[in-house]
Amino acid sequence: MFRTLLRIRRVEERLVALYPEQQIRCPTHFSIGQEAVAAGVCAHLSAKDLAMSAHRSHAHYLAKGGDLKAMVAELYGKATGCARGKGGSMHLIDRSVGFLGCVPIVGSTIPIAVGASFGSRLLGNSATTTIFFGDGAAETGVFAETLSFAALHKLPVLFVCENNLYSVLTPQSERQPHGRRIVDVAAGLGVPGEQVDGQDVETVFDVAGQMISRIRDGGGPGFLEFLTYRYLEHCGPLDDTRLGYRPPGEFEDWLERDPVRIETERLIAEKLIDAKAIERLESELALEIDDAVEFAQASPFPERAEMDASVFA
Amino acid sequence: MGERELHYADALNEALDICMRRDERVILMGLGAPDVSGIFGSTTGLLEKHGPERVFETPISENAMTGVLLGAGLVGIRPVMTHVRQEFAMPAMEQIVNQAAKWHYMFGGQASVPMVMRMIIGRGWGQGSQHSQSMHAWFAHVPGLRVLLPATPYDAKGLLISAIEDENPVVILEHRWLYKTFGPVPEGHYRVPIGEPNLIHPGKDVTIVSSSYMTLEATKAVRSLADDGVEAELIDLRSIQPLDDAMILESVRKTGRLVVCDHANRNASFAAEIITRVVEQALDTLKAPPVRITLPHSPTPTTRALSNYYYPTDGHIVAAAKRLMGLPSEDPFASVAPEDTLDVPDPSFTGPF
Repeated sequence: MFRTLLRIRRVEERLVALYPEQQIRCPTHFSIGQEAVAAGVCAHLSAKDLAMSAHRSHAHYLAKGGDLKAMVAELYGKATGCARGKGGSMHLIDRSVGFLGCVPIVGSTIPIAVGASFGSRLLGNSATTTIFFGDGAAETGVFAETLSFAALHKLPVLFVCENNLYSVLTPQSERQPHGRRIVDVAAGLGVPGEQVDGQDVETVFDVAGQMISRIRDGGGPGFLEFLTYRYLEHCGPLDDTRLGYRPPGEFEDWLERDPVRIETERLIAEKLIDAKAIERLESELALEIDDAVEFAQASPFPERAEMDASVFA
Repeated sequence: MGERELHYADALNEALDICMRRDERVILMGLGAPDVSGIFGSTTGLLEKHGPERVFETPISENAMTGVLLGAGLVGIRPVMTHVRQEFAMPAMEQIVNQAAKWHYMFGGQASVPMVMRMIIGRGWGQGSQHSQSMHAWFAHVPGLRVLLPATPYDAKGLLISAIEDENPVVILEHRWLYKTFGPVPEGHYRVPIGEPNLIHPGKDVTIVSSSYMTLEATKAVRSLADDGVEAELIDLRSIQPLDDAMILESVRKTGRLVVCDHANRNASFAAEIITRVVEQALDTLKAPPVRITLPHSPTPTTRALSNYYYPTDGHIVAAAKRLMGLPSEDPFASVAPEDTLDVPDPSFTGPF
């Protein structure tokens, strides 16, 4: 789990560094700061369990076991990408590990994931489905519609809301009534859950584990609202604190609770890892990421004939 | 032994029943799908035959339910959704246009969405602005959707079977005034190929292209024109996306005259697409400018006093064809009075739907 956490961080840091080269030419939403949610939740999911996400999905894709090379190549618009270059960062898919896809229209994958859960049950298989989305998605009509449906049919689905406080540049306080928690809205719609610290991967792991067990035991849908924080701009690789939309001190407060740092310090304190082991892990990850980037850069672009291929199955 | 004949509604019902019997993954859902009226008879009895796991009611959440169907389709279910009026699919345009239509392409062909969305076009008996539209041109504009408009019971069954067995999202628009029409429908499983128009009547003087209910008006027009010595060729589109236009082009090259009938508002109608294709590819063979017969570019009025002047009829098609032939023609609305009861398909129709 620590490896997953660190791997997501290092992959995204590399992509951030490469972004100004203008080879990655698609809207790219980084999850730096939010990795613990993906790592902690997906640690409970097997490849036959299904997951979907939205525009900020690298962490979910990687934590669910998605192919790193195919992801990087997808960002580079290459034919070897996970969507053959036709999707980009906002349309990651790896069906071999149960990652069914992600899209940037806010809220839209919530019903699709519930449909996958519904379909799985109709087909008589035991897969659970997890849907990752942000606090903004809780404002959409399909959020309410879909939670009601999932509750009505007691579907085996886990709703994971990553509440990072902002929708683009607009704080949640300007979008949702003061004092109303998203997890309470979900409960009102028939899907019970908890609001949880999303910065501590072990807390995420524990809470998600209990919830997923309950769902697997036929307890119906569950909802987890994780409080977390996005370090970079909404879309793109830059630090946007200069825009002044975050209250003074807020960013620094969240940095104090950086998920990678919290877990590193804990593992060192508990003597489960040492500086040498971390160094070894870091160099393994660096090599793997080098490979993925080289693969993406060396891969061909799709042929011209791909432009209008695959409109219909 | 004559051919067996069925109502349009029963032909649809038979298509659903056959597909559900052949493939356990086919499910049917929608507002009212399992209720006693059974979507005007098209779903009657299916709940009893196939059970509540496969035939069920949905919450009034069209957009979410469309997404749910899409997701179920992604894991192997073959869902059919019903909308008792096409307007009720409008809240679901996000899922239909952004998601279902694009899914196969934007994931590089790795996933397909085998879902069918049945939508009924209303008309008459005061249906008004929000119960009588046909947005087929909207759907046809979106890459990735198949759009079908069956005009006969035969096509209704064969196209619905093809739609359910297709790997793509399909919008099938059924006109309410066709539900009580009667026609030959073979027993058992058969498909009408998606994308092939149907030559309903051959002729050499003028080409009439139509779809859905307008094909009935056009059929009447062809008979009237024959009485006047005009041999009209009638082509029913059946499918507007995809559309093989070869038959239309061949016909216009023969007749040199084109009338397109479209049960939709005038601006940016599908009639405009047909005329564009003909102008692009066969302009040199045209003897006169093509004509489109459409609804006016205004919402549908509820009162019959105005709807009597809203819907074009066979008389409009006849008048247009005669004008193209250089024959005298009259305004078909000239003889219409506000109190006429033109707002029902036939006298047996007593509403309310």
